[in-house]
Amino acid sequence: MKLHTISINNLKRRKAKMAFLTIGLMVGIATIVTLVTLTRSMSRDIEAKMDEFGANILITPQSNGLAMNYGGISLGGVTFDQREILEEDLARIKTIRNNKNISAVSPKVLGGIKVDSHDVMLVGVNFDNELKMKQWWRIFGDAPKVENEVLLGSDASKVLNAGSGDNLLIKGEGFKVAGVLDQTGSQDDALVFASLPKAQKLLAKEGKITLVEVAALCSGCPIGDMVTQIAEKLPDAKVSAIQQVVEGRLKALDQFRRFSYAMAGVVVFIGSLIVFVTMMGSVNERTTEIGVFRAIGFRKSHIMRIILLEAALVSLLAGFLGYAAGMGGAGLALPFMAESKDAHLVWDMTVAFGSVGLALVLGILASLYPALHASRMDPTEALRAL
Amino acid sequence: MALIEISNLKKQYASGDETVEALRGIDIAIETGEFITIMGQSGSGKSTLLSVLGGMNHPSAGEVEMAGVKLYRLPGEKLADFRAENLGFVFQSFHLIPYLTAIENVMLPLAIVKTGSKAKRAAASQALERVGLGSKLERLPNQLSGGEQERVAIARAIVNNPHILLADEPTGNLDSKTSDEVMALFRELNAAGQTVVMVTHNPENGRYADRTIHLRDGMVV
Repeated sequence: MKLHTISINNLKRRKAKMAFLTIGLMVGIATIVTLVTLTRSMSRDIEAKMDEFGANILITPQSNGLAMNYGGISLGGVTFDQREILEEDLARIKTIRNNKNISAVSPKVLGGIKVDSHDVMLVGVNFDNELKMKQWWRIFGDAPKVENEVLLGSDASKVLNAGSGDNLLIKGEGFKVAGVLDQTGSQDDALVFASLPKAQKLLAKEGKITLVEVAALCSGCPIGDMVTQIAEKLPDAKVSAIQQVVEGRLKALDQFRRFSYAMAGVVVFIGSLIVFVTMMGSVNERTTEIGVFRAIGFRKSHIMRIILLEAALVSLLAGFLGYAAGMGGAGLALPFMAESKDAHLVWDMTVAFGSVGLALVLGILASLYPALHASRMDPTEALRAL
Repeated sequence: MALIEISNLKKQYASGDETVEALRGIDIAIETGEFITIMGQSGSGKSTLLSVLGGMNHPSAGEVEMAGVKLYRLPGEKLADFRAENLGFVFQSFHLIPYLTAIENVMLPLAIVKTGSKAKRAAASQALERVGLGSKLERLPNQLSGGEQERVAIARAIVNNPHILLADEPTGNLDSKTSDEVMALFRELNAAGQTVVMVTHNPENGRYADRTIHLRDGMVV
């Protein structure tokens, strides 16, 4: 017989009351787990999408130029004092402090060129990086693998009347069309893509880069900071962040997160109240019992230990059940809440331990006053008979 | 020196605007091994006297000295420790813990004692055997008769070998036959050296005692 024997036996006897207490706290914990897990899973989903959405930092040469376009109609531009990015400078991008957040660096060289008898825009790219960045590209045929292969945008393919496997003549040199892009609805449709070194040679821009697209992983990555860091490394370049729709979504998610936490706070408060009221009721119900304990020599601290141990045991159970129920709830809700169908539930040990820990802390805190109240009971009044 | 010395004991309660004098200067000495019954009408102060004697009710004035210790001068929770080590209580309504078996109820005072589980169980088992319930160790209180519950309460009171056994109307809820059996048990314990102080309103119980103290209006008469 030890003090915990009393606590455990009491819990076993008052099954209904303890079940009510457990459920009260469990609902609170489950709500928190569901909301936290949903928010995390949705963040992960959107972050994954953001990577798919391509570049979010653009590096262009510094120039004192003014763009002359409005409503999609371009009239060219007034550009003077044009500087250029050198290929050898690109290595410096990877030396920034947040280099771990860089997913891909895709340098490009652009220039107008005659293909057969048509004027087209030739873009030199590193196909490995480009394909990683533009995961939405669908290619009929293959991506170019050797220097004398090109990839055509859907409109370019129509204008040049060339498809996968056909040959084109560019500046007197023969090129094979490795593949044709499915329509993207973007400027890519009108372009002819070649490997970077080949395009540089054709455009007479060896070692030079027109622009660099950088894809940064957004999990905890401060795009603004990265822009500053890259600008410091490349003082002759203009570095700008591409504002994407996804950022708006992240903001919405942040609002959802805040709302979730506020809601979780309210539920936790209600859960704590349930624990408090139930424990207080239980203590008052056990007045005589506590009087007996005090009469036979239990100290106030012994009484508190009995009550708090009961609270701790119930809270632990509520924590485990709440975590399981919360993850179950999140699993059921995620398909309705997340944008993509393949969004995965984030299983995080921090949430598991956190929910059990939180249940324990809440249960004990809410039972502190009832336990103190019990320990301060006057044994004579508690027993009345004496 | 007597085992218990009570001198000029007074206890006042505030009841609304009035002050009730439950005990008005009581002097009693009880020797080791005595069997004392305290009798008196309702409101005579006998239960108050027992609670003061049991270290649970601070007197308004006077002194209670037990085994050389001035009870109400003990600091902090030392009074609780004193109760645990020196006193055994038997309550009128038994006050057994309903979710503990007979042997667990008897082991209750040992829950705060640093002894091995086996030793605690052996002591509780022995106490239950002394009161004739050696075969009902694992019964819950609601599986026992009133007399048996009283015996479990007595076993719980003696399991820690207290200096003094305090009992408040132990036969108040029992029929006369069971009352006699319980009183005989108290007598038996007393014969084995146990000091017993019992509050009762039943004059019949007085015949088991060495001495009866009569109270009226908070004073010994």
